Amino acid sequence: MTGTPVWAQLAYLVAAVCFVLSLKGLSAPRTARAGNLVGAAGGLIAVTTVLASARLDNVGLIASAMVVGAAVGAPAARRVPMTAMPQLVALFNGVGGGAAAAVALVEFGRTGESDPVPVLLATVFSVLVGCISFTGSALTFVKLQELMTGAPVTFPFGRAVSAGLAVATVGMGVAVVPTRSTVLLAAVAVAALVSGVLFVLPVGGGDVPVVISLLNAFTGLTVAASGYILDNTLLIVAGTLVGASGTLLTKLMADAMGRSVLNILFGAFTATATAGGAGSTAAQHTVRTGSPEDIAILLGYARRVLIVPGYGLAVAQAQHTVKELSDVLAGRGVDVAYGIHPVAGRMPGHMNVLLAEADVSYERLEEMERANGAMTATDVVLVVGANDVVNPAARTQPGCPIYGMPILDVDHARNVVFLKRSMRPGFAGIDNPLLYDPKTTMLFGDAKESLAKLVAAIKAL
Amino acid sequence: MNADVTLLTIFVLAVFVGFEVISKVSTILHTPLMSGANAIHGVILVGAILVAGHAEGAVQLTLALAAVVLATVNIVGGFVVTDRMLEMFRRPDAAAGREAGKQAPPVRSRR
Repeated sequence: MTGTPVWAQLAYLVAAVCFVLSLKGLSAPRTARAGNLVGAAGGLIAVTTVLASARLDNVGLIASAMVVGAAVGAPAARRVPMTAMPQLVALFNGVGGGAAAAVALVEFGRTGESDPVPVLLATVFSVLVGCISFTGSALTFVKLQELMTGAPVTFPFGRAVSAGLAVATVGMGVAVVPTRSTVLLAAVAVAALVSGVLFVLPVGGGDVPVVISLLNAFTGLTVAASGYILDNTLLIVAGTLVGASGTLLTKLMADAMGRSVLNILFGAFTATATAGGAGSTAAQHTVRTGSPEDIAILLGYARRVLIVPGYGLAVAQAQHTVKELSDVLAGRGVDVAYGIHPVAGRMPGHMNVLLAEADVSYERLEEMERANGAMTATDVVLVVGANDVVNPAARTQPGCPIYGMPILDVDHARNVVFLKRSMRPGFAGIDNPLLYDPKTTMLFGDAKESLAKLVAAIKAL
Repeated sequence: MNADVTLLTIFVLAVFVGFEVISKVSTILHTPLMSGANAIHGVILVGAILVAGHAEGAVQLTLALAAVVLATVNIVGGFVVTDRMLEMFRRPDAAAGREAGKQAPPVRSRR
């Protein structure tokens, strides 16, 4: 940090400490919100410091650019519906990666002629990974926003094309070091932008959150590399913190889904067709449907009811109606709890956010292990818009794509009620044998309407 | 001490700190934590401001200003959306107090 005054270096240190405390705070429910605010304070200190300490040209333009950025970012974050929040986070991550790559490109154009080899390597890394993060994140946004299919997209020789491009990109990147060619570095950027798309295309919709987390870690490392290029320790510390914690978080998420990160990234290339049995099962078995009144009696006279919400509940905006249902049941003395699968919703923890939005007390939310422990003592499980996370095939059918994923063992409860739009299988596209189980009752229709009918029927008991 | 080695030391220590601070996080907080970490790397704004302040020529300046816009979106949007998520996790008693005018406090069932 030659040329940076001592007071500014100390201010950067304060900002770095803020970021560490922020991550620490975000790891516990009680301190999470304060942790985020401490992080924001760190960001504010950092930006104020650079504006006050560095000798900068173009200050007016820089200020205008910041106003534009804030005018885009803040309203987007304020207005996004909570169901669409995962893709917004992906988008914010992508623009961060793009910014880091652009910073490295500009700095190379200015000082590339005289940079030592380690700085050149960091520049190539920053451009390469930043560009992958930029388009990769943009594509995860497109997938989650359902602007394209959420299913894995593969094409002939997809793996060979991706691998070939990756080798070519790295090769060009290495060639930048002796040649110091701006054209070559720009070519690396373009190739990396394409690689980002190829990297995310074969990933299935259900696995996209893990990829977002991984790209988040990538962006962190890109920022650290840019910090090295600019000789700025704050960027190194902040970027590395995110890179390390993001890597660990990616692994924790993959573990929660019973998958390995490598399997998520490259699984689609090697997956064999497994959907064959679905049609025949549906043909051989019949499902039992019940009227709202039947199900109301089942629920109203139960001692313990477990509600298992899934993404279908979120898209129907039925959080508030499900809360109303649980209040009505609780008023009758029924013990109502919510069983939350780690990946319910579109991201780990997403369902907790959605239920909290509807004022469901988080003491009512049971994590998977606790809910499974009490399952045999549960009279009725009400599954609202979820499917894969309660599919016993994950326990019983080796070879099915979700085999080995921890699930909520709702088949161990006395009765199971499914509120579903149709018999269509869930996100993973696998038939659910539990739907044909004699103790299962189905109520077809929009989750919100079905819940409202149940509330009315229970009140009439 | 060699300047590069000093930076390498900082890098390695930061890796350990990054692993350590989030090693015991509950699944409930995975999403907000990812979002918060995402906002933190928005500090690349500092780098974007530095290169924009030293940019030479129209190409460099345009690219650098684009970086400033993108990084600002990242850092501002990131912290705001994380705060919105965590606002949902307010304590039940606080929620009842704040919403008192609008609706009755949540009904507690017997255990």
